[in-house]
Amino acid sequence: MSAKVMARGGFPTSKVVWSVVGWLVVFVFFFPVLWMWLEAFKTEPQAASSPPTILFVPTLAEFQEVLSGDFPPFFINSAIASIGSTFLVLVLGVPAAYALAIRPVKRTQDVLFFFISTRFLPFAASLVPLYLLARDLHLLDNIIALVLIYTTINLPLAVWLLRSFLLEIPHDLFEAARVDGASFRTEILRIVVPLIAPGIAATSLICLIFSWNEFFYAVNFTSSAAATAPIFLVGFISGRGLFYAKLAAAATLASLPVLLAGWIAQKQLIRGLTMGAVK
Amino acid sequence: MNTGSSLLRSVVGSGGARGTAASISRREAWLRRLPLLPAFVYVVLVTQIPFALTVYYSFFSWNLLKEGSFRFSGLDNYARLLTDEGIRTAVLNTVVLTFSVIAISVVLGMAVATLLNSEVLGKGLMRTLMIAPFLIMPTAGALIWKDTLLNPLFGLLPNLLTPFGLGRVDWVNRFPMATVVAVEVWRWTPFMMLIILAGLQSQNPEVLEAARVDGATPFQAFRRITLPLVRPFVELGALLGSLFVVQTFDSIYMLTYGGPGQDTTNIPFLLYFVAFQGFNIGQASAIGVVAVIMTTIVATLGLRTLFSIFQVEARR
Repeated sequence: MSAKVMARGGFPTSKVVWSVVGWLVVFVFFFPVLWMWLEAFKTEPQAASSPPTILFVPTLAEFQEVLSGDFPPFFINSAIASIGSTFLVLVLGVPAAYALAIRPVKRTQDVLFFFISTRFLPFAASLVPLYLLARDLHLLDNIIALVLIYTTINLPLAVWLLRSFLLEIPHDLFEAARVDGASFRTEILRIVVPLIAPGIAATSLICLIFSWNEFFYAVNFTSSAAATAPIFLVGFISGRGLFYAKLAAAATLASLPVLLAGWIAQKQLIRGLTMGAVK
Repeated sequence: MNTGSSLLRSVVGSGGARGTAASISRREAWLRRLPLLPAFVYVVLVTQIPFALTVYYSFFSWNLLKEGSFRFSGLDNYARLLTDEGIRTAVLNTVVLTFSVIAISVVLGMAVATLLNSEVLGKGLMRTLMIAPFLIMPTAGALIWKDTLLNPLFGLLPNLLTPFGLGRVDWVNRFPMATVVAVEVWRWTPFMMLIILAGLQSQNPEVLEAARVDGATPFQAFRRITLPLVRPFVELGALLGSLFVVQTFDSIYMLTYGGPGQDTTNIPFLLYFVAFQGFNIGQASAIGVVAVIMTTIVATLGLRTLFSIFQVEARR
């Protein structure tokens, strides 16, 4: 069919064909997200109807239900864990990246590899002792435990990423500051931070994505008081057609912050995911 | 000009490029390292010391629910690893899951990236929509798939497939591993697409144009010019992707809970099950140690591959 499509509006036929193919592929991948949104705006009977309801009057009822119910504490816990750990990552990561980028010593490369090896150390490596430690310190079901763990998860990535931004700054700038007698604190706060502001934004984005969506530690280290948004969704696991609309509304809300952040900062996303390797 | 080499240089780092390390005195060197120290100490405290404890616990028999059950048991936990069928299944499942997800999502990611790099309408919007599956919370994505799309009674897919005689198929229970693979491929294809697309966009269009003028077919041009250029990007994506996919837990927990039976139990899920459902701390620790050894082998081989390409580039 599409091969015979005549060139329209001055576009060559192949462009039209490939556009159609491309949009079909994108539709397939995006469809589950779209379906989640559609379900969220339906009533419960519409959401689980057979055949599926395509045309309907959208309602905010399920969003109201989720937001007025027990969801907000989970959402707030997620925000505390994500923002808290991201802040801690930056406080620890910026000086470390600075040292590795601007003041390399003999074993810089080894330190870098050490950092990244810890990111990909399976959580199996430290799960049991961390759990026992959290238990003994009464940090189980405490949001502080998640803040500390998410800091560990994100710090190695952050150091690599921030370093890749720092390497792009002309070295003379730091030399000049030092000659002018700037203290280390001044150098970091007045020169490094403003110069790598985009890097800090990219790093924060990646940290937020990973900690907001994190599930393994959340499910094992929290139960109620400190439970995060993904844990709220576990409650829907055995739903058999009873509350699809509510499920979809909760899933939509839980996914929204990362989806928006990722969409807004698409350019930073790829650099962050590859630890600064791909720009 | 050569993006491949600059890409790899930033992957493996260019430490020592600035300042001459040899000329720095010991005291000075330590002062230089000082800003690094807090992060370094933190990472050691939260990853290395617990790992040492994991190794230690792995030589003990210890059930958390049984008071005073902590006793030295030598290599018993490891011996059980070798004989226990459940663990062998989990290792096999981990390999199957990781390999199929990475292989399929690299191929699909390459295809989508090629599409998005060609002359299509609405590229920006396509890319934006395309990365959504990667950004969606994995637990939320898995739930949407399981309940609203695949549920045999109320899900969309069985409803749509009924006219074709495929309705009421319980996809998750009949094809559990395929379902997990499909959901993970849905999530990781955008990741591969993003990295490969960056590689494609670093290509100089004039080179392709010249090849076309010289009479190369599009397929030849792709194989001889594009593919070698994006190869390091594909390798990077596959390496990073596999390090993440090896740890798949969220979607298994939500879709199949490791079942039916042990059909979708991978190493992370087994560890969760042994540690937090069975409270068998010693056995869980032994699994942890083996998981670390396996991951280290994969990561080292992968990084070495990237590293060797980089050194070839550097020698030119």
